[in-house]
Parts: sequence; structure tokens; C-alpha cells
Amino acid sequence: MQPAMTTPPARFDAREASKWFFRHGHTGWLGLRFTDQGDNWVELELPWREDLLGDRSRPVLASGPIISLMDMASGMAIWQASGSFNPVATLDLRVDYQRPARERASVRGRVECYRRTRSAAFVRGIAHDGDPDDPVAHVAGVFMTIGADPRQENPALQGGGGDE
Amino acid sequence: MSNLLELPAYARSLGIMVQGDDAGMPVLTVDFGPMVEGRPQHFHGGATAGLLETAGYAALRTALLAAGRDPQLKPINITVQYLATGKSKPTFAIGRITRLGRRNANVAVEAWQDDRARPIATAVMNILMV
Repeated sequence: MQPAMTTPPARFDAREASKWFFRHGHTGWLGLRFTDQGDNWVELELPWREDLLGDRSRPVLASGPIISLMDMASGMAIWQASGSFNPVATLDLRVDYQRPARERASVRGRVECYRRTRSAAFVRGIAHDGDPDDPVAHVAGVFMTIGADPRQENPALQGGGGDE
Repeated sequence: MSNLLELPAYARSLGIMVQGDDAGMPVLTVDFGPMVEGRPQHFHGGATAGLLETAGYAALRTALLAAGRDPQLKPINITVQYLATGKSKPTFAIGRITRLGRRNANVAVEAWQDDRARPIATAVMNILMV
């Protein structure tokens, strides 16, 4: 284990948490990568991969993994905005597809958490394949906070700045 | 009819299979495992959405084949409602065509685990046919 991971960060940090999140499970299988973050937003990348095709006729990423990308970026944007890792559950997620991704292109998902209440968090974002001004998709979602933290044993996921 | 369906590479890669059919529409399933896991021992919302979407396309493709049509399908949008957490057991999904037009289709999809009457997630999809 690397030294950086044994010390809990003072605040949830999407870059640090990515080292854990994308090591296993669904997002690990997809090969998601951290690319950028702000106070209330996170951008992740879904790398191009031959076996994630959605269409037999064109080498374009399927829409399913793009939903996973946006769902994950949404959750991380919420933690980024709140400053602490409190598990959330997706309540409603809507994706509007503007156009297919370019052939053999990776897709980036940038999501911001624009509003949090005690029990809900609201997100919106875009998926793009290079130019954020020409998105592949728009996304909007609502998440609910969950009481218990099943990952408490993982030190990298314990945000120290919880305001609950 | 269902076994004529060819699932996309993404769906096969995620482990989604055609389990059978119900009233002519394919029932899809995916086992629980690391590839679909989000929170420990729970389905990742994205994996559930992937199953729903695949079942929606499979239903539409089945209906189109029955009508002698084979257009290219393009997603317009999908709205997923999460009703209960997906636990560490197989999940099933089936799509129902709400409206099949010439240029677009509206498809409703349900996913469940133990009890079909208690869905864990639903989706509505608009799909363009060209």
C-alpha cells in the first residue's frame, strides 16, 4: 500500500478516491479514469475499448457504459461538493443522447452537483469526446443519501470534513 | 425467437444473457459478480441501467423482426428510476413496447430480482429508427 493512502485526506478528494474506486467492481471493469475536478464537479474518462461496442455496424462506445460513467461522475461530484464520502443511491438518472461518440473515441463525463439538501442531491452534466462545447450527451439526476457507510473500513474513503 | 437475438458486444462482455421469453419478449439476465458491483455486495447503478437498456433494445429488435423490419437503432434518451438496491443475486429485465412508430419507438423496461412484481428499477427509452 502506498503511504498516501494510509492517511485519510482532510476532505473527500476525487483524485485520491479514484485510486480506490476504479481498482475493482463495475467501474474497475470499465476502466474508468480520473481526469479533473472542481469544488462541486468531477470529470472522469471512459477509455475506448473494443468490447464495449453497442452497435454491430460501427466502432462506437455503447450507451450503457456511458450511463455508468455519468452515474459514477455524479456520485463523486456529490462527495466533492459535500466534502465527505457518504454513500448515495441513484434515484433518477436521465441521459439525452445528442449524437454518437466518434469512432474509437474515449468519452469523458463531467458532472456538477448544483444543489444538496439533507436527503437529496441534484446533478447535471455532459459527456463529450474531446470538445466540451459539442457534447455527446446531457445528463440530469437525483440521488438520495444513505445512512450507513459500508466502506468505513477503507481509510481513503473517510472524509474528515463531514458537516453532518 | 429470442435465441435469434444477437446482444451487442458490451452486453455480452458484461455477462448479460437471454434467459427466455415472456409473451414473445426476451427476458434478459445478469448474474451478480465483480463486473456489476458498485457498493460492496450491491449492483452498480450503471450496470443496472446497462441491463435495462439492453433489454429495451432486445424488445424493440424482437418486435421489429416480427414486423419484418431491420432498421438501425439510435438512442434518443433514457430515464432510469431506481426503486430498490440491487443485491448480490441475479437480476432480470424485460422490455415492453409502448409505442412503435415509423421513425421512433417508446419502450418501457423493468428489472427485478426475486419477485417480478417488485421491480428494483424501471426505464423509459425513446429510440430512433433509421
